Amino acid sequence: MAEAHQTTGVHVVPLKVLVAVWAGLVFLTWLTFAASRINLGSLNLWVAMGIATAKGSLVLLYFMHLRWDKRFYALVFVGTLLFVMLFVGGVLIDTTHYQSQMIPGYAPGMHGQ
Amino acid sequence: MSTTSPGSESGHHDPHLAHHFENAEQQADSAKLGMWIFLATELLFFSGLFCAYAMYRANHPEIFIWADQFLDKKLGGLNTVILICSSLTMAWAVRAAQLGRRRALAILLTATLVFAACFLGVKGIEYNTKWKHGLLWGKYYHPHVEGAAESGAAPVTAPPAAAPDKAAAASDGTEIPPAAEGPAGLAPANAPAHEIPASAPKNVQIFFSIYFVMTGLHGIHVIAGMIVIAWLLRRTLRGEFGDGYATPVDNVGLYWHLVDIIWIYLFPLLYLIR
Repeated sequence: MAEAHQTTGVHVVPLKVLVAVWAGLVFLTWLTFAASRINLGSLNLWVAMGIATAKGSLVLLYFMHLRWDKRFYALVFVGTLLFVMLFVGGVLIDTTHYQSQMIPGYAPGMHGQ
Repeated sequence: MSTTSPGSESGHHDPHLAHHFENAEQQADSAKLGMWIFLATELLFFSGLFCAYAMYRANHPEIFIWADQFLDKKLGGLNTVILICSSLTMAWAVRAAQLGRRRALAILLTATLVFAACFLGVKGIEYNTKWKHGLLWGKYYHPHVEGAAESGAAPVTAPPAAAPDKAAAASDGTEIPPAAEGPAGLAPANAPAHEIPASAPKNVQIFFSIYFVMTGLHGIHVIAGMIVIAWLLRRTLRGEFGDGYATPVDNVGLYWHLVDIIWIYLFPLLYLIR
């Protein structure tokens, strides 16, 4: 292959890998569509988010070269994701906690407790 | 500018190398680090909207389950596949640029642009349907589609129910008072969590506000991506890439893939709620 004359330090992703990742992404899109038709209760959301995270990881690792690039780029991205989770998680903890205190006794989930 | 860079082995000056970098590799690394930090800010930018989504869905699951039936899952899925295809052609374009294949690079960038245009076209069809049915944001939510208009939308400016009065009304034991129903209020006590409610819940406009802001901001990112890809295509046709210089293609690729990743999350969160 012509990859031999590539420039210094640049990783060229083989075309086979790119196409395989594309096929995986299309399959996972079908999977998330199929999974949404099965009633799993509150698990549906987590299944969908799990599949989306698998797809996102494929894009990050192969299309965005994170698998071969400097680890520091991955650290920047994953570090940001941790802060996003802290942000959304903090708000969710607050809003669910607040719910039961807005109108004591009449909030959802408070009946029969 | 006249100094020869110590990094170029052959000694001749690399026209793409700025004078303040040691060599082309250091320059490319700096550009890439800057791009990843930009992508981090993009992620934080979108996280505010994901946060709003999570909060309203936690408080009002019935609104999201109800409103979801008006989104076209097939068109959403089609757009997901279109964007995945555009990501493939973009990643392939980066490969072509790294290998100095200019003709392939031009073709692949054009293909990416075509996929992006298809994505916006499908999005336009969806927006048009929403517009026709009055399924819009905030005070513009006036549904006239089968099943959506039963209870009508509460005006977005409705004040939250006054808690003490509701509590007093409950003391006669005739009814369970509803919880506050303002935009940040509470779900009805016995709302089934995973079935489409029999009649439209109140404040459905909240869902459509979130839907339009999230998909709209994403759409703006797609348009911005198309502009920079068109710029790349122009530079490609001028023969500026290849010979070991592919940094702009690489970095625009990173941006384009992030736009894809955001859609990968938006699709199940907005279209596949049930």
